[in-house]
Amino acid sequence: MELNSRIPDGPIEQKWDKHKFDLKLVNPANKRKYKVLVVGSGLAGGAAAASLAELGYEVECFCYQDSPRRAHSIAAQGGINAAKNYHNDGDSVRRLFYDTVKGGDFRAREANVHRLAEVSNNIIDQCVAQGVPFAREYGGLLDNRSFGGAQVSRTFYARGQTGQQLLLGAYQALERQIGLGAVKMFPRHEMLEVIVVDGVAKGIVTRNMVTGQVESHVADAVCLATGGYGNVFYLSTNAKGCNGTAIWRAYKKGAAFANPCYTQIHPTCIPVTGDHQSKLTLMSESLRNDGRIWVPKRKEDTGKPASQIAEEDRDYYLERKYPSYGNLAPRDISSRAAKQACDEGRGIGGTGRGVYLDFEDSIKRLGQNKIEERYGNLFEMYERITDENPYKTPMRIYPASHYTMGGLWVDYDLMSTIPGLFVLGEANFSDHGANRLGASALMQGLADGYFVIPYTIGGYLASIKPGSRIKVDDPAVKATEQSVSEQINRLFSIQGKQTPDYFHRELGKVMWEYSGMGRTEAGLKKALELIPQIREEFWHNLRLPGSGEEVNQSLEMAGRVADFLEIGELLCLDALNRRESCGAHFREEWQTGDGEAVRDDENFCHVAAWEYKGDGSAPVRHTEALTFESLHLATRNYK
Amino acid sequence: MSKHLNLTLHVWRQKNANCDGKFVEYPAENVSPDMSFLEMLDIVNEGLIRKGEDPIAFDHDCREGICGTCSMVINGRPHGPKERTTTCQLHMRSFKDGESITLEPWRAEAFPVLKDLMVDRGALDRIIAAGGFISVPTSSPQDANALPIRKEDAELSMDAAACIGCGACVAACPNASAMLFVSAKISQLALLPQGQPERYTRVRDMVAQMDAEQFGTCTNHGECEIACPKGIKMENIARMNRDYIKASLTYRPATFGGGAG
Amino acid sequence: MSVAEQSIAGAEARGHGFMASSVGRKVVMAATGIVLFGFVTVHMIGNTQAYMGAETFNAYAKFLQGMLHGGGIWIFRAVLLTATGLHIWAAVTLTLDNRAARPLGYRAEQYIASTWASRTMRWSGVILAVFIVYHLMHLTIGNVHPAFDHTNPYSNFVKGFQVPAAAGFYIVAQLCLGLHMWHGVWSVTQTLGLAHPRYDSLRRTFATGLTFLVVGVNISYPIAVLTGFIH
Repeated sequence: MELNSRIPDGPIEQKWDKHKFDLKLVNPANKRKYKVLVVGSGLAGGAAAASLAELGYEVECFCYQDSPRRAHSIAAQGGINAAKNYHNDGDSVRRLFYDTVKGGDFRAREANVHRLAEVSNNIIDQCVAQGVPFAREYGGLLDNRSFGGAQVSRTFYARGQTGQQLLLGAYQALERQIGLGAVKMFPRHEMLEVIVVDGVAKGIVTRNMVTGQVESHVADAVCLATGGYGNVFYLSTNAKGCNGTAIWRAYKKGAAFANPCYTQIHPTCIPVTGDHQSKLTLMSESLRNDGRIWVPKRKEDTGKPASQIAEEDRDYYLERKYPSYGNLAPRDISSRAAKQACDEGRGIGGTGRGVYLDFEDSIKRLGQNKIEERYGNLFEMYERITDENPYKTPMRIYPASHYTMGGLWVDYDLMSTIPGLFVLGEANFSDHGANRLGASALMQGLADGYFVIPYTIGGYLASIKPGSRIKVDDPAVKATEQSVSEQINRLFSIQGKQTPDYFHRELGKVMWEYSGMGRTEAGLKKALELIPQIREEFWHNLRLPGSGEEVNQSLEMAGRVADFLEIGELLCLDALNRRESCGAHFREEWQTGDGEAVRDDENFCHVAAWEYKGDGSAPVRHTEALTFESLHLATRNYK
Repeated sequence: MSKHLNLTLHVWRQKNANCDGKFVEYPAENVSPDMSFLEMLDIVNEGLIRKGEDPIAFDHDCREGICGTCSMVINGRPHGPKERTTTCQLHMRSFKDGESITLEPWRAEAFPVLKDLMVDRGALDRIIAAGGFISVPTSSPQDANALPIRKEDAELSMDAAACIGCGACVAACPNASAMLFVSAKISQLALLPQGQPERYTRVRDMVAQMDAEQFGTCTNHGECEIACPKGIKMENIARMNRDYIKASLTYRPATFGGGAG
Repeated sequence: MSVAEQSIAGAEARGHGFMASSVGRKVVMAATGIVLFGFVTVHMIGNTQAYMGAETFNAYAKFLQGMLHGGGIWIFRAVLLTATGLHIWAAVTLTLDNRAARPLGYRAEQYIASTWASRTMRWSGVILAVFIVYHLMHLTIGNVHPAFDHTNPYSNFVKGFQVPAAAGFYIVAQLCLGLHMWHGVWSVTQTLGLAHPRYDSLRRTFATGLTFLVVGVNISYPIAVLTGFIH
């Protein structure tokens, strides 16, 4: 397998401009002759489907939810970064580029990140024009807040609902195209296979989740914007329905899977309460602007109410360890620090897996009104879930699986190793390296959807003869459709005793234990033994009710869990092979005396992209070397 | 607080849109008060699957109150008894041991039942497609700060934009009217300068689509406002009415034709 | 079904006019409601002259009949009849639409915000319609009156209310009017878009005040007759 990233020549500031000019164009009259399928309707998918339809392509968009407006981008709270420098604090495209590469622990592609920083400003302009009600100052200009891993205020926000507002902007643009007949929308359709003919992506197979019908859709290009695989941990901040099925099926059809071990654990989530828990709720990173994180200095104090622990007995460990970034240290670092504190027995709450996020000082300094204005809805949400009032007692938080930086390998044009198959947003691996900074996911999703794919897909389509697309009754298409039906029948034929959720929970326990915030060689090997056992049990002891010809949520879940049981294994395999600590990937063997990650640039300054070699055969690890021409490869330091 | 609850569920079961439905009783035993309502249903469903019965179908996704997918009427109240709370955010501590809970789907002609508690809310999408947007294609419009917007207007707009499109307003309204939903989008855009060029065509188009979808009409009961998990205000409906009146009074059919370039 | 399979056409393409639309008919309902409540209020004020004796009252009646050489009253009647007709048309069509919008109701119906008044508008409205017909036959045409005298409205008024059943029905109808007005007056401001948080409590207070005033004064008439205060 060849990993040609197709990064344009020239100085980094000019690569994207030059590339846009070099890309072939499709003439306006020919655009409608090309059909593009967009799978997923979140920030990346929704933005792409709308933008491509505006250009004149025939677009079909698919989502498993009942409406494109429900994609999980909607749950992003804090904000979106852009290098506007509206606050005169020294921000610039280069600084955003630098912060992002550094935040990703120098494991991202320079050229991609620079392009991301360049288009970040267009995104804000576009979203404001769409009517996204960003927060404003009294003068009527846009307000900003700070986020982890940056020393400038560059995060635009709409209360604690930035993802919602940006998604609704994209959704409305998409609905406009649907109303105009330019996009055909397929809600409640789950993609179950990519149709690949002669090594080229020609369409997808979906299951209609209402009628159960398995259908093929053919096109000239396919865009996957199906999000990350964070639910491999079972408990995560992802929606219940988020899944890795689309990218996993693409992987099994020949798309390389890059850096699966780069999974982000978000430091500020509401802690687990019991075995019944079905998901974890994020508390926006923006809370760390005004909240201070601490645990008691002494183990004995952990049982006491927070108010009875004197100031001098509290350990504001982030402020202590990272005085210059303090509570705004990047996510991977904050998460690990919380884990350390709890491992030392200083965790709080019933389970001992929790730390305080305390607003007492800010309330004293700014007044409760100001805090309410900034985070009111988040505080409300917290109180609803925990029954505790965070204005009076500090929030209890703990890290949880949140985002996956890994994903399908793509070149500079966002095309995977299967020609014609493009991958956007969280589903690809491209921009965040080993760790994503807060408020960068929204930026990347929209950048890919609004400002990258509309150009780069044209370059690909221009190379195809218009009207040459495969017919839906082609034997290759029918064969793929058949394989999907067989997989569904196989699940029904097991007739065992356990529910899909049971296997998902079992997998989650193994993943969190051995491949969560801290990973060791022995632990990962253990996980690689346990996961196949769970998978084996799944295929012998799964029980599915009903049939495939109706609404069947258990079937949907079972299909996703079947894929997670394979994704989890690749994740651990990748983690085992990356013998260094970088960003969110923390191998306990590689750390400094005070617990900081130790990178091995000599041996691991590369992307690891896995190639599927068939069930039962070990996947092959390919590498794409990362070169840093514009930035100096340096050790991250947030002290 | 940690005492576990035993409850009786009366759940609307309906195989699909073409079948009649009926209520079926299920016990929910040993429920922790820390569980969310949906987690309680998960456990009931797992028990049903293990017994070889058909689990209760219900829509859900983010489980943190923002995606708007979850939708069920709990004891006659959309999203249950707590104000400004979606079903997924409702916790079992809001219920008493021994309580009976009736679960029904959103009931409206415009929301056909797909199965059990799951309904098709595509009508709401079609209303947005009819005009709930600002026609600005992806491009490089002017700098975001070139258009100052009064903070108060931005905040009011955001209040309306907080709608999650769950349809609880329709479910709560004795007339199954969607006017709170429709007016929230109309208000969000009408309050912003960017929304002005299409302000009056938008309100006419969206109301026309709303009527075509067979939603009822607002008779100012106020049930929608109380049921709305995001606190969307009826003031938006008044704003929509105002704009609709103005749009109708000043409407004139388009007279411009195409021109050769 | 995918969204694209269903048509999405603008108002213009649908030919969806004001009077066909839900909001349009609500506005008709509100505008005619203003006319009718306005009439009810003026009617109540005019009738207070009953407390000033037969002469004043009969003179007032004569003045009404003589307005614009006798044409005024017909203009009044035409406006009221049109308003009533439109009001009922809007009410009936909207009610039918609303019924159709929820063919199957809830088993565990539970209302919180809505009031009894708001939920019974269509019934208070029906009773009022019946009452209006009766009221006209009673005191304008006189064919259901025990001792109708065209030349003496005051006597018609007094003798009419001396029949307890007539007075009772009148009082019941006034209570319905109260319910109808209390929700209706507030509703008018909402439907016509006259809502602003600053004046929200004022809207409620205005509706309540006007309702109590009109209904209170109106009910005082049969009571005054029955107790012999007016004779």
